[in-house]
Amino acid sequence: MKEFTCIICPNGCKVTIADDGTISGNKCPRGLVYVKQESTNPIRTVTSTVKVIGCPSCRVVTVKTEQAIPKEKVFDVMKEINKASVSLPVKMHQIIISNVCGTGVNVIATKEIE
Amino acid sequence: MVNIELAIIGGGSAGLAAAISAYDNGVKDIVVFERADKLGGILNQCIHNGFGLHTFKEELTGPEYAQRFIDEFYKRGIVSKLNTLVLSLSKDKVLTYSNGEEGITQVKAKAVIFAAGCNERTRGQILIPGNRPKGVFTAGLAQKYLNIEGYLVGKNVYILGSGDIGLIMARRMTLEGCNVIGVSELMPYSNGLNRNIVQCLEDFNIPLRLHNTVTKIIGKEKLEAIEICDVDDNLKPIEGHEQTIKCDCLLLSVGLYPFNVLLNQAGAMANQRTKGAFVDQNLETTIPGVFSCGNVLHVHDLVDFVSEEGTIAGKNSAEYIKNPYVAVSRIIEVSALNNLGYVLPNCIKATDSLKSVTFSFRVRKPLKNVTIVIKDGDKVLKQMKKPNIIPSEMEKIVLKDVDFNSINAITVSVEEN
Repeated sequence: MKEFTCIICPNGCKVTIADDGTISGNKCPRGLVYVKQESTNPIRTVTSTVKVIGCPSCRVVTVKTEQAIPKEKVFDVMKEINKASVSLPVKMHQIIISNVCGTGVNVIATKEIE
Repeated sequence: MVNIELAIIGGGSAGLAAAISAYDNGVKDIVVFERADKLGGILNQCIHNGFGLHTFKEELTGPEYAQRFIDEFYKRGIVSKLNTLVLSLSKDKVLTYSNGEEGITQVKAKAVIFAAGCNERTRGQILIPGNRPKGVFTAGLAQKYLNIEGYLVGKNVYILGSGDIGLIMARRMTLEGCNVIGVSELMPYSNGLNRNIVQCLEDFNIPLRLHNTVTKIIGKEKLEAIEICDVDDNLKPIEGHEQTIKCDCLLLSVGLYPFNVLLNQAGAMANQRTKGAFVDQNLETTIPGVFSCGNVLHVHDLVDFVSEEGTIAGKNSAEYIKNPYVAVSRIIEVSALNNLGYVLPNCIKATDSLKSVTFSFRVRKPLKNVTIVIKDGDKVLKQMKKPNIIPSEMEKIVLKDVDFNSINAITVSVEEN
């Protein structure tokens, strides 16, 4: 048996999946969809910062994964983000790392620095 | 002294929305005063995503959300003064400000929108006993150091308070390789969104201790340890339940309060519950032509609602500039009753054109199966049922299709069924 807290609305239903796969505890169908995704392939968007080269007043620029990535790859993606660097200017949504950790997802800038 | 039409104090989410809205409603002579070196306010350091679901129907990071408004702002050619601190505001709407280029300067405005945001409560405000070593930060300050300046403020981190900033920082510092030991929350429930409890704490097996607080700070030069302790129903520490935890960093996420100093000094009446200004349904304070919006009025949980409030203040400031004298038939007092922490607006100025009023409020504690009731004396004007209501989510209810000219005084309450 596995237990999940549904994050879709403030109700925060405790939803359980029994060993035979039956889902219970959700008060609405949206909870069902969430728990199915969360129990089979949990995904997260990673947001962080990347080192900026050659700018004394801005050491870092903010970045995110363009889409959510598998949860188990979060720390691998962070390792790549911490290795990366970028020089100025940085454009909004410029690709900083393409296909990070083979996920098919790019890490992109979420800020502009001239 | 230079005269302008509209002065906006603060270039964050509320101020930007207010400027754009005032411009679109016909005011072209606007100056936004911003103390930081760029527009966007606190959004610039809130690099996580989840902003903008209401406004843009997509999940943006803080800087992306800000950029959308900054682009609209510059597209209109609105003037901003960056690195500029407003020192005082007078009743006749004279602003004294200072910056590196102009020194100390004064400007007189026809209308003012106050959008200066909020402050974090500090260690001094919650009176944690013990030494004063380095390593104790408010969560938002640690967030600024990490996300804007690029410095990590500790390695073994403990967090007091389960507000969303604390939870977001628990995840952020874990991702950067810190050991986040745990989070203590004084109340028997968390003040953060479920989403953040799950994705910031449970994802990383970070324990959340409810009904628990930090009772001592230990360390001479640097923070060495803290003492935490369970609390009883009166929120007092229980003797014998102390526990010492070694850490080099304590983050405080213990609440926000409106940074309302300038308005208080100008003589605008304050709302004792929110610590922001006392406003009518147009967000006008008790000083005619001075409006307040965003976190300086009351602390929000969603930036979308801050922008919405800025938009309303901007539009109403434009109306005021065009026509400062509107006939008001009566002033209706609005009060928060059972279970409500506060309600806004504080009063309603009834006019012939007034058709609807939106009330914003928060409850004091989590409640289930409730009815939100708006009354005039004993007469129920509107009621609405809700299965769940929690203090960390601001609620809104719209009152329309009533004759405001016939209402004496309004009360808003949340009744348990």
